[in-house]
Amino acid sequence: MKRESPIRTAFQKLFRNKLATICFFILIAEFILIIFADKFAACDPNENNVAIRLLPGFWDSANPKYDPAHWLGTDELGRDVWSRLLHGGQVSLTVGFTATFIGLVFGTFFGLLAGYYKKLDNIIMRFMDILFTFPGVLLALLIVAMLGVSVRNATIAISIWAIPSFARMIRGRVLQIKQEEYITAIRSLGAKDHWIILKHILVNALPTIIVIATMRIAGSILSIATLSYLGVGVPVPQAEWGGMISSAKTQMYKAPSLIIIPGIAIIITVICFNILGDKLRDILDPNLKD
Amino acid sequence: MEKERVLDVQNLHAVFKIQKKEYEVLHDISFSVDRNETVCIVGESGCGKSVTTLCVMGLLPKNGRITKGSIKLDGDEIAGLSEKEIRKYRGSKMGMIFQEPMTALNPLLTIGYQLRENLMLHRGVNKATADKMAVEYLTKVGIANPADRLKQYPFQLSGGLRQRVLIAMVLSAQPDLLIADEPTTALDVTIQKQVLTLLNELKKDMNAGILFITHDLGVVAEIADRVVVFYAGRKVEEGNTLQIFKNPKHPYTIGLMNAVPDVDKDEFVIQPIPGMFPNITEDIPGCRFSPRCPHADECALCRSEAPALKEIEPGHFAACHLIDQEAAS
Repeated sequence: MKRESPIRTAFQKLFRNKLATICFFILIAEFILIIFADKFAACDPNENNVAIRLLPGFWDSANPKYDPAHWLGTDELGRDVWSRLLHGGQVSLTVGFTATFIGLVFGTFFGLLAGYYKKLDNIIMRFMDILFTFPGVLLALLIVAMLGVSVRNATIAISIWAIPSFARMIRGRVLQIKQEEYITAIRSLGAKDHWIILKHILVNALPTIIVIATMRIAGSILSIATLSYLGVGVPVPQAEWGGMISSAKTQMYKAPSLIIIPGIAIIITVICFNILGDKLRDILDPNLKD
Repeated sequence: MEKERVLDVQNLHAVFKIQKKEYEVLHDISFSVDRNETVCIVGESGCGKSVTTLCVMGLLPKNGRITKGSIKLDGDEIAGLSEKEIRKYRGSKMGMIFQEPMTALNPLLTIGYQLRENLMLHRGVNKATADKMAVEYLTKVGIANPADRLKQYPFQLSGGLRQRVLIAMVLSAQPDLLIADEPTTALDVTIQKQVLTLLNELKKDMNAGILFITHDLGVVAEIADRVVVFYAGRKVEEGNTLQIFKNPKHPYTIGLMNAVPDVDKDEFVIQPIPGMFPNITEDIPGCRFSPRCPHADECALCRSEAPALKEIEPGHFAACHLIDQEAAS
């Protein structure tokens, strides 16, 4: 009998859903554009040129000032918006993925320990509750204030922010899995704790982890945008979607496109990740299996 | 063949803590299992059968604990050992087969992986050897195309096959004691028969002792060498299978026998035991069975004093005041 790959089956189910398929391919296209930003956007994203400041984009192509080389126009310092959008996306996605990954690793670690060992549960979860009580932005501001403004510090701040929610959800799942008879069966065969946790509980918690990580990436991208908007994320002049919106505030009435374009980029990315996460949950959640 | 004791339980008491109060679920339980012997524990749901196995395996839930008594496995005391210490005995000295084969395998790992993992842990073999041994064990428990089965996930197997895989897993660690907690309850009757035959064969093959938990007297007749009857956390009768079936002494055992429909008789009537099984929170004075016992009024002691176990014939024990009366009269 042929062995079915669970990953392939999951993809097949994903592609049966139109919306999820669209989101999946939008994200793939976005990743390609952003990863190869240098190829798709010829201009230097940080090069100022006051002579061509606030050029209109393609929607105003009748305007004599429209330059096809800057098809999304330029900002208040004459920087190419398209190029800034793609290069800014590099920061957003890198931070989004890195922060989620770090939060995931620590959150899973604490969640597994808290869920499996009753003695550690209270200590770990009360500590997580303390982290939870800080409003995310405040916590980030605190960390950035202590460590200084840089992409690395913003990433640290966002990952710390992500840890407690990961830990809590994974702990819940572990508590559930621990009740399963196969865990008792494996214990009755003399398996060691670390083996049970890594090979049996973690593997069964994996669907949950994948889903919350997908959702969390969207959250992390929003977070870095928020922090940059507040001026504590990515230091200027480096391009970043939140930072772009922030610096365009002053030109809001003259050139609204400067806010709208990075705004759309954020919205599309976040919505796509959220829908994908939602559909993944439908697929991976064994309770909803058809 | 000289008898060698595998499991020796003496005066075992266990309690469960429910809402800060401790209730006794096992009271003064003693029994033993020899090599190449099957001992059946029989009783209604909630009488402490499963708790006994959990005590032996050291798998009692957090709110349960053993208060008194000893459990000796191959001569080693295992009652009250820490999780870390008892782990050395699990698998290698004693293995457990569970009631529900559908949930006792990790759904996300292949059969082969789970068997191999167990073989590598207990037999210290490498991956390739473990794979070869896994095939052998699957063949031993009567699974066709074992090599293909190894690549499958639990959901691709039927209940009977899964139970066989679980038996193979337990056996592959070569335990001296096999604990089977209603292993056939979730299987249909034809598969039941196959699994029982398999267990009987394997017992002789491996020279292991089997502690078999069931409420099905048909299964008992099929597999048991000796029978221990439990009622509400107490042992009420013990004897070899023939003694229990031919000459049950305790009114509860007699009631159990009567509750089995006899197909040879013309009238097809089941005689249930009247009354309800007591809750563990209930405190019943005297004999725990007295509220349901048809003979409780014949003897003054039934409702006031707990009866002690008495030997009726060699190897046959029962705890009932009526036996004394009979002997006296």
